[in-house]
Amino acid sequence: MTSVLEVRELRVRFPGRAAPAWPVDGVDFTLERGEMLALVGESGSGKSLTSLALLRLVPAPGTITSDSSIRLGEIDVMSLDGDALRRIRGRRIGLVMQDALGSLNPVLTIGDQLCETIRTHFPLSRSAARARAEALLAEVALPDPARRLTSYPHQLSGGQRQRVLLALALAGEPEVLIADEPTSSLDVTVQAQILALIDHLRASRGMAVLLITHDLAIVAGRADRVAVMYAGRIVETGATRTVFATPGHPYTRGLLDSLPRLRGPVRLVEPIGGSVPSPDDWPAGCRFHPRCPRRMPACTSQPPVVPVAPGHTMRCWLPRTAP
Amino acid sequence: MSGWLLRRSLQAVLTYFVAVSLIFFLMRLVPGDPLARLSDDRPMPPEAIAALRARYGLDQPATRQFLVFVTQLMRGDLGRSIERGGLPVTALVTERLPATLLLGGSALLLNLTLGLWLGAWQATHRGTRGERAVGAISLALYAMPSFWLGLVLAWAFGIKLRWLPVAFMTSPWLRPGASFAARAMDVLPHLVLPVLTLTLVTLGATARYQRGALTEALALVTVRAARSRGLSESVIRWRYAWRAAVGPMLALFGLWLPMLVAGSVFVETIFVWPGLGSLAADAIASRDYPVIMGTTLLVSAAVVGGNLLADVLHRWLDPRLRDA
Amino acid sequence: MNELGRRLWADPAGRAGTVILLLLILAVIALPPMLPDHRVQPDIVRGAQPPSAHHLLGTDNLNRDVFARVVRGGQISLLVAAGAVLMSVTLGTLVGLVAGYAGGWVDGVLMRLVDATLAVPRLFLLLLLVAALEHIPLGILILSIGATGWLGTSRLVRAEVLRLKALDFTRGAVALGARPSRVIFTHLLPNVTGPLAVATTLAVGDVILLEAGLSFLGLGVQPPTPSWGGMILDAKPYIVSAPWSSLAPGAAIVLTVLAVNLVGDALSHAQAEGG
Repeated sequence: MTSVLEVRELRVRFPGRAAPAWPVDGVDFTLERGEMLALVGESGSGKSLTSLALLRLVPAPGTITSDSSIRLGEIDVMSLDGDALRRIRGRRIGLVMQDALGSLNPVLTIGDQLCETIRTHFPLSRSAARARAEALLAEVALPDPARRLTSYPHQLSGGQRQRVLLALALAGEPEVLIADEPTSSLDVTVQAQILALIDHLRASRGMAVLLITHDLAIVAGRADRVAVMYAGRIVETGATRTVFATPGHPYTRGLLDSLPRLRGPVRLVEPIGGSVPSPDDWPAGCRFHPRCPRRMPACTSQPPVVPVAPGHTMRCWLPRTAP
Repeated sequence: MSGWLLRRSLQAVLTYFVAVSLIFFLMRLVPGDPLARLSDDRPMPPEAIAALRARYGLDQPATRQFLVFVTQLMRGDLGRSIERGGLPVTALVTERLPATLLLGGSALLLNLTLGLWLGAWQATHRGTRGERAVGAISLALYAMPSFWLGLVLAWAFGIKLRWLPVAFMTSPWLRPGASFAARAMDVLPHLVLPVLTLTLVTLGATARYQRGALTEALALVTVRAARSRGLSESVIRWRYAWRAAVGPMLALFGLWLPMLVAGSVFVETIFVWPGLGSLAADAIASRDYPVIMGTTLLVSAAVVGGNLLADVLHRWLDPRLRDA
Repeated sequence: MNELGRRLWADPAGRAGTVILLLLILAVIALPPMLPDHRVQPDIVRGAQPPSAHHLLGTDNLNRDVFARVVRGGQISLLVAAGAVLMSVTLGTLVGLVAGYAGGWVDGVLMRLVDATLAVPRLFLLLLLVAALEHIPLGILILSIGATGWLGTSRLVRAEVLRLKALDFTRGAVALGARPSRVIFTHLLPNVTGPLAVATTLAVGDVILLEAGLSFLGLGVQPPTPSWGGMILDAKPYIVSAPWSSLAPGAAIVLTVLAVNLVGDALSHAQAEGG
């Protein structure tokens, strides 16, 4: 496989009153062509900001540090600006943001918004763009697409809006789709439909998908690989199957233990105590150690990246010191 | 839409009626007699005063006066001036209206274009030195009394530099039968200082509100989402941010009119501009009640109408309201 | 409130406004006894004198010291503003609380009245109130300005009350059988103080401008009591020969209103930050 997106040492800095904050602090991952990678973490772990950083959309006064590297195929995203950057956004990487209602312009019809995005990226006539928009709505399985073109966002249901957002993200025919919590505000049944749709689009378009979620449960059986993020860093990466079967990092174990299980012996759901620390005051060493049930003296210094299994790594001191 | 428009219009009419009643009863409630001043200056026999009172209906009970007042108002009759030789107020007001519309309209146009542009510029250049300077200047303009600024401008540009005329709407040497072009060329320099004053004192508010509304709109998720699709900054600014900021700006329409009207009272006085504002100021000086009341009624009608217009526009621009 | 004060001080503009305002208040309280009495024999013959070591800002057409009159005028202006704003904020808060809390027809009638009154620009409302008076005592002036300034406040407080009423803690208190007065004064009022502080501060600036305008029209502070607006009215005919006598009071107005608005802006930013 070839990688479409390669992220190395991604850091986002926010100036602070006393010290700067680093909500994204050295993220590395690779997205292969046609695969679905799930970026999983609690809120505050920096995963949404990571997705914005990939499109260089970090809100001011935040900045991406200059030693960060984002490579999109042959393109060095960090070196782009102005129009070159605009030709990446939507055209090469499509983004579905968390807030479905907020992401749509309330005063423009669905058709207008689709057409303006299509015509931004492709030299199409108004009517051709209109036809393309209708086809996109059909592709995301929105019922009655022709009529929906003239609807306003507030006239749609939550699930329908999510489909429209997917259509908008696909309008530039991107090779990477980032979906940030695409289902968090939806009913469980609609959630499953949207996830199935994303999976279907990935397969039919051969598109790579970065699925960002706090919910490990929706990752199983969908994502090829999973990257677990904690306090601005990725603490464990591997094939979904192996990470679920043999989680290495105590944080991943904690996340998995907090899931209710349908099979196996009945046991109590165990949440992880405490919450994600603040990005202007990350703990020294392993950032999870204040909450970690297996902390030891070594944890106050930076843990190494160690292999757990082939293609499965984590950032933890455990293997080095375990007997 | 039409049902809503009907309801909203009825509400405007009702609001105006309550405002009219308020104006009327305020005049009757306050101590003092409108005719007292008249008899002050010129000693009058009691019979003459009684005759005058009867002529202005002041001998009738308040409710009866109110009824007469409202019926006359509906016919467009605002009563008669006490000072200006008993001329009908409607005629006085109509005669002065064009000058005020010219002054107020020019100021409003300049205020909106300049103020909206300045506010938008500030919102897109936040944190720069220029933005801070513009912010400080608009705050200072906001703090300036119009009559003082007018006086200072008249002193600087009219008296010291002798660039522009500082009084009246036309030159005394303009022939009464002059052509429209000649008349316009004569009015224009007279218009500059009053319009400048009125624009400057109201500009701060517009720029500040626009900056606030647009800053808020630019921070919206909608704008970030639009950027993530690769849309150009000009599309984002006008179709996304500006459209989102229009609502809050329209809500201010009801604020601009009173501001302009109050401003024009002072500005017209300073520059001896023959409009409604100076008519009101003269009426105040001579306590010419019916004229004060007539201008107040007209101004209030403009405010109610302006608010109605703003609501209609807002609804037309925002599909969420159309469906509600 | 303490936290709000700290944030106000942390903002450079807010700090500048606060310092200017405090200095102005100090000046109008402490300086008058040290200044020449403006009432002692106006001297029409000598007329206006330009600024000099003896008269810092010169003298006006009656040879009265402009600086002394600006300070005394400031005393009056700030007094009128404080009194009128205190009155309008109290009135507005009460009406807003009642309308928002009672809801129903009480709310409907009160707000329709507010709408209608807002249709008459405040300046004209004031003209109607005071134009009939032969002589306008300071007390009446304060009452009139105060009585015409509560409309905006009442809308603001009502909106806040409606928002708070829908929140759990208020509904909880009502469900537990708290008396309306208790709900209003212990649950609602303390939570509207923030927005109210901003509105009150900005209202002070508005009232200073309004009073100056009324005095300029001869319907505000009555001579010989000095007021900034009145001084500009007196000095207007002498703009050519003695520009300093109209520049000084105007500059005082701008400085004061600017300081007040700086504080108001900083307060509102501090609130947006702190939530």
